[in-house]
Amino acid sequence: MSALILEARDLELRFGGVQAANGASLKVHANERIAIIGPNGAGKTTFINLCTGYLKPQAGRVFFGGSDITALSPRAITRLGVGRSFQIPQLFLENTVIENLLLALSARERTWSPFLRLDRHPKTEEMWALLDIVGLKDAGRRVVRELPEGMRKLIDIAVALALEPKLIFMDEPTSGVSSHEKFQVMDTLTRALDARATTAIFVEHDMDVVARYASRVAVWAGGRIAHEGTPDEILNHPEVRETVIGVGV
Amino acid sequence: MARQLIIGAGLLAALIIFPLLSPWSTVILTVALCEGLAALGILVLLRAGQVSFGHGLYFAFSAYVVAFMAAARFGHEVLILVPVATAASGLLAALVGLFVVRYRAIFFGMLNLAISMVFFSLLEKLFSITGGADGKRVPRPTLAGISLERAEFELWIFYITLGLAVLAALGVARYLLSPGGKALEAIKSNETRLEYLGVSSRKVLFGAYVLSGLLAGLGGAVIALVSGHVTPELAYWVRSGEFVFIAILGGVGGVVGPFLGALMFQIIRGYAAVYAPETWHAVLGVMLLVIIFFAPNGLYGLMTGRKPAGTGQ
Repeated sequence: MSALILEARDLELRFGGVQAANGASLKVHANERIAIIGPNGAGKTTFINLCTGYLKPQAGRVFFGGSDITALSPRAITRLGVGRSFQIPQLFLENTVIENLLLALSARERTWSPFLRLDRHPKTEEMWALLDIVGLKDAGRRVVRELPEGMRKLIDIAVALALEPKLIFMDEPTSGVSSHEKFQVMDTLTRALDARATTAIFVEHDMDVVARYASRVAVWAGGRIAHEGTPDEILNHPEVRETVIGVGV
Repeated sequence: MARQLIIGAGLLAALIIFPLLSPWSTVILTVALCEGLAALGILVLLRAGQVSFGHGLYFAFSAYVVAFMAAARFGHEVLILVPVATAASGLLAALVGLFVVRYRAIFFGMLNLAISMVFFSLLEKLFSITGGADGKRVPRPTLAGISLERAEFELWIFYITLGLAVLAALGVARYLLSPGGKALEAIKSNETRLEYLGVSSRKVLFGAYVLSGLLAGLGGAVIALVSGHVTPELAYWVRSGEFVFIAILGGVGGVVGPFLGALMFQIIRGYAAVYAPETWHAVLGVMLLVIIFFAPNGLYGLMTGRKPAGTGQ
């Protein structure tokens, strides 16, 4: 087993009467591809928000690379090497696709010189390569606001990848992507993750994607992991088939 | 960018020639440039979606620095007064910025207003130091060591201000195209993503805030020189509101906008003062309504047909 990269330990978070995280724990090893599945409202996105600093747990700790990151800001966690894409893509809507990506590359390279024009960024070639990964080279010069949700989703992932994170959280990466393009996108994405030795955790509702691309699956229910195992074990688990695959997906 | 350069070059040519044809306009045009500089500072903040209703603070602070230095015969020289007063304003903006960049939207705007009004009150109440509501006289300083007659001095100051305004506009235009400028726009667009890029939105806004304070300070330093007198009115909220008005009137889609707005503002003010002296504020109000409803991108938008900044066009 490779090195432990992330450990979430007994995370608790309550919103009013809703227990969004109820002792959620997960250990993630380097180069794993963990799929998080579960019905809506099970606490999957809350778990990502807790691990990336968007929300703070009322109890429990999150460790990344052995360091306690529970109290850190999203910015500090990002700088440590944790990237994320969002369920609702978080992009700079009024800017072009290439501006979004070049800004991410500037953030990574800390290139803030006022004498450098963003559109003449030295990492422009890498920006086009990132767009190629998500198959959106043609959309590079378009303003993000004009693009459909599925394309924004992929740009959101490309932006996260631009930071070269050691670990990336992706919240439903292929939702909004047409079914015949899903595997194509995931194939390229997986190759990019492999090339960068990036560990990935992704929330997914499409069990074909889970079966094909996850090395491990965590089934979320009631704000915690109800079952965990290989895709084969989980997707053939009677209870999971009934409660998650049968109803939620 | 090409259109912006053409409009800017046209405006610059007109400004170079006009005072030679109509010497009476020199001071009015210099005042317009000073207000344009302050409005350019407002434009920078508007790119981040933040409005300051208190930039009169930096305008007045810089003007008073000039007045105090000139009165003390310390550095009684334009080439010393303007840079020192502008830098002092930038320093003050850095101090205030440490606090206000933590806030957004209405809180940002009102905090700036509140701080500027505290300064206004101090200027009014500390009579023995500031001269109270009467203000302070600014003796005419030397320019490059030469004592000039009033008309000559005003003409030289105009051309120096014009040169500084061009440099400031080009500098701000360059900054807005840089990664830092785009990060500034990102504060307006999506601060969450900016944080998830590992970028401190507070630091980005802080840099822009200091820049806007410097620009307002530069305008204030020059206005003290050309008017020869400073009063607390420079820090009053109406003055700060005028800078926002000018920025919106001119349009924030390009750095030429605030200067177009400032010139138009002076024209409206000049004519309204003659033909409607009791109701000239109403004239300005109606003008603003017309701009908001029919030309939301300001005069600059009308001239270029551009959409507001940050549309990626």
